[in-house]
Order: sequence, then C-alpha cells, then structure tokens
Amino acid sequence: MGKTFIARELRLEISILGVFIGIFLLFLIGSPRTFTRFDIYYSFMSTIPFSGIMALAITLVIISGEMDLSFPSIMGFSGWVFAKLSNVLIESGTNPNLTILITTLCCFATGIIAGALNGMLVVKIRIPSLVATIGTMFFWRGLVNVCGQGFGETLVPVKDTFLFKVFIGRLGEAIPAQALWFLVLTAAFWLILKRHKFGSHVLIVGDNVESARMMGIRVNRVKMTVFMQMGFCASLAGILASLEVTYLWPSLGEGYLLRTLAAVFVGGTSVFGGVGTMFGTFIGAIIIGSLEGGIVAIGLTGFWTQLIYGLIIVVSLSIYSYFRRRE
Amino acid sequence: MAEKDYSRKLVSMVEIQKSFGKVEVLKSVNFEVGHNEIVGLVGDNGAGKSTLIKILTGVHQPNGGEIYFKGEKITIHSVERSRELGIETVYQEQALSEQQTMWRNIFMGREITDKLGFLKIKQQRRETEKILREQMGFTSKAINTESIVKYLSGGEKQGIAIGRSLYFDADLIILDEPTMGLSLAETKKALDFIRNVKDIGKSAIFISHNIYYVYPVADRFVILDRGNVAGRFLKSKITQDELFEKMVHLAKTGKMR
Repeated sequence: MGKTFIARELRLEISILGVFIGIFLLFLIGSPRTFTRFDIYYSFMSTIPFSGIMALAITLVIISGEMDLSFPSIMGFSGWVFAKLSNVLIESGTNPNLTILITTLCCFATGIIAGALNGMLVVKIRIPSLVATIGTMFFWRGLVNVCGQGFGETLVPVKDTFLFKVFIGRLGEAIPAQALWFLVLTAAFWLILKRHKFGSHVLIVGDNVESARMMGIRVNRVKMTVFMQMGFCASLAGILASLEVTYLWPSLGEGYLLRTLAAVFVGGTSVFGGVGTMFGTFIGAIIIGSLEGGIVAIGLTGFWTQLIYGLIIVVSLSIYSYFRRRE
Repeated sequence: MAEKDYSRKLVSMVEIQKSFGKVEVLKSVNFEVGHNEIVGLVGDNGAGKSTLIKILTGVHQPNGGEIYFKGEKITIHSVERSRELGIETVYQEQALSEQQTMWRNIFMGREITDKLGFLKIKQQRRETEKILREQMGFTSKAINTESIVKYLSGGEKQGIAIGRSLYFDADLIILDEPTMGLSLAETKKALDFIRNVKDIGKSAIFISHNIYYVYPVADRFVILDRGNVAGRFLKSKITQDELFEKMVHLAKTGKMR
C-alpha cells in the first residue's frame, strides 16, 4: 500500500533529489573544471539564499491555499527603508552599530506591516489573494520609485558593524553567512510545517477551509500570520541582498518573482494548497539558483538560460504529476 | 408551565420557536433526547430538522423556548459553547482534511502540544491508533494512523468523523444525514458506527429523510413537518412499514392519519 503519507512524501522528495542530482551530473560532465572547484559553490552560496528564503515563506503561503505576488516589491520597499534610514541616522551622527540595529528592526516592521496589509485585503475585504497582491505589488514598487526618485542608497557606512557580519559575513573566509541563514530557516520552516500546531493549521486551511472552520480553527488568523511571515522574510531578503553588494538598487527585488515561485513548484509543492514540502523548496531553490551559472559554465551562452529554465520546470512538474496520478 | 424535572433526559428543547424574517420555520417544537438513546429525527426537506439542530449546536439562536441539558437550563450562544457542553456534530461534509493523515484529522483544531505549541506526534499517533482499533473497530492493516483520508471509503470517513467526536468525550452526537451519498455497503458501515455510539453508552440524534436507514439503529422517532412535531413513535410500538406509510400519508395530506 503506497497510500500512507510517509510513502507519498518520500517518493516526492526522492524524485526532487533525482532531478537535482541529474542536473548537477550534467554540470559536472559539461564543465568538470568549474564544478570540481569550490569557487562556483561559493558563488551559489552567496546568491541563492536571497530568493531561497523567500521561497520558504511563499511555500507556506501556497500551502495555505493563497498566493502572494507582492513579495519582491515588499523586499524592495523594506530594503529601501533600511538603506535610507541608515544614511539618515549615520548623517545625524548615530553610531553605526546602533544605526544598523534600529534600521534592521524598522525594515522587519515594514515587511511585517506590508504582509499584514495583504492579509487584511484577503481576510477582511475578501479580495482573492492573487488579485489583491497584484495591487500591492505595484503599490510597494511604486512607493520605492516615489520615495527614492530612482536613486539608490549606499550602505558603505554600516559595513564595519557587528550585524553586517551576522547577516552576510564570511565564516572562515569561505562560507557566506546568508547560506547559513538559509539552512537555519529551512530547518525552522520544516519544523513549523511538520511539527508545530501552526503548520498543521496551515495544511488544514489549505486543504479545506470549510472543514477547518467547522473544527474551530481560526482561519483568518492563520491566513494573516501566513502573509505576515511572508512580509518578514521578504524584508530579511532585502537586507541580505542589499548588504551583499553594500548598495541599495531602487530595482531591488525585480526578477525574483517567477524564479522564486519556480523554485517552489520545481520543489514539488502543489499549487492547489494543502500539501507541500520545505525540503523540496530548499532543493528547488538550489536548482533554479544554480542553473544560470551552470549553463554558462558548460559553455552555452546566456541566451540558453530561459529555455533551460522552462525545460527543467516542465519536466520536473511532469514527473510529480505522473506520480500523483498513479496513486 | 408547571415545574418539570428535566434531569431525567439528556437534552430537552421546550417550545422552541424560530423565524427567519417573516418565515416561521419552527412553531413551538418540543424535542427530547434521553440518556443512551438514539433518536431518529425524520421529515421532508424544509421540515425544520436542520434549523432545530443548528439551535442545539449554537449556530442559530431561538426566538423563543428553553433548552435544558443534563437538567440545567442553558443558552447555547456559540458552536464552541455547545462543544464545551459535550455536543458534537458530524456534518454531512464530515469536516475532514482529505489530503492529511489520519492523526492530523483526528486532532484537527484540538492538537496535543507542548507549551511552545509543538505537536506531541507520538502521543497523537498512539491515541489515533487506539481510536481506530478499539473505538471504531478497524482491523485492516491497510488503515493506519499514517493513512491519507482521501483514500478511505465514504463509510470509513464517516467512521473517522464519528470516532473523533467520541474521543473528545461528547455525550450527544448529532449526525446530519450521515448516509447521504454513500453506497449500500458503505451505508451499512456507517450505520454500524452509529450503533457503536449506543453500545458505549452515549446518545445520538440521527437526522435523515430516509426511514430505511434510520429505523434499524434508532430507539425512537420524531417526525417533523412544516415546523411542527407531527408524531413521536417508539420503535417497539411501530414497524418500519407502518412508519413509512405514515410518512407518505403525511407528505400527501399534511396530516398524520
């Protein structure tokens, strides 16, 4: 009988791992010189976590049966708040260590509030989340444009601070801190989804909202929390991505949307809600995040990347769909 | 009205009235459930069965009348309140999460956790196993705590919903059309689960418009018609065919005989 949960999930995760190993074997065969050396992995570790962390958060949103398209804009706006406020405080003579602490908290608050706004639109005003977050996607991006007038912000003044090292320092000169954060958060999200009451409620709400209500689960509160954690993770990604280059680009976050969603679906989470896997999202984020570098290393031009993205997504989704149908 | 001793019954609903706008759905209905008794609540669509039940489960508030539970006068203002009292409803739609495991379904909304909210999964699995084997009498190895509910049959799903309410110490289980949409074999299974409620000493209200399913398991029948109680019968005093005749006659003429 393959009808137990454990069997189903194991099969799904093994197939994700299969896709992952297949792709890295291709890289290894295509460009052994690049892929037997540490450098490319260092570069993966420093760039993948930004969208990876958001992929974990959006996985929870999708499992709950909702969607959020605004997270890249929330990342952009809360990142802008972080950078702008940092410069204002530094100019007024605040100690850099204190500055980055204050601005980090403000950035998180911005992300959480933006997420709560999405939650309110969905829960209170009852706009379907796919539509509501199209609206907020434009709104937050627009706010960065209006506030920043197209200018970026330097982050050099907070470069020698403690928190800077915590966020994107290098462990033993080799491992980027953001990679460790990604690992820690993957474990935390796994725990929340599989071992915590909240994760259980997210699964149940995404599975059947009416059942959840009848059994006394506070559906609205679950959905609000789900959108707020998405906002929080987007703001964290905003800090990490802008500190990594010590500069805030006003376009921060653009280009993350489809890549992040692709990571979730390549990872095997169902678009219909009620089921999902954090392990899958973790692997999915690595697959999607390493494709571009891998493709170029193999010797193909950058023109190939989108085509190969498309292939990987379609092939992996077909594999999962095949397994689901066979059950 | 003279003081009456309501403690002999588990639930007494006295002269319950309910209107929605100008429509009088219940016109002074008296309805009782005894201890360890299964009452069949029958009647055509629109007779007021589900309104009466929703008053008992706290979904609707009555416009008039009183409710006594275990001898005490109560008001049931919310679904949570009725649950606290020990009234559980097994809905037609069963309130299950189809893609989740058995143990997540049994404990949905009432998880066993530590102080930080982390699930005590081992304990939940153990309790689920107990419910499956002891309370519901599942013997097949194919059904276990890790089974996904989607793959159970309709009767088995009904069994899970009933078993879950028994586990949470309900004294009164309300079954709203529990055989709706089930095949004959599955209906038989669901009926066995309902008999089990009686065997372990609890009470149930079995709502249905199909006499043939209600008759074998209920001790007593209450027939609702257009907001009134049209008749009450003890099973020992009436055969299945007589009851059916009366229902048909009632539907045709609006009178009991």
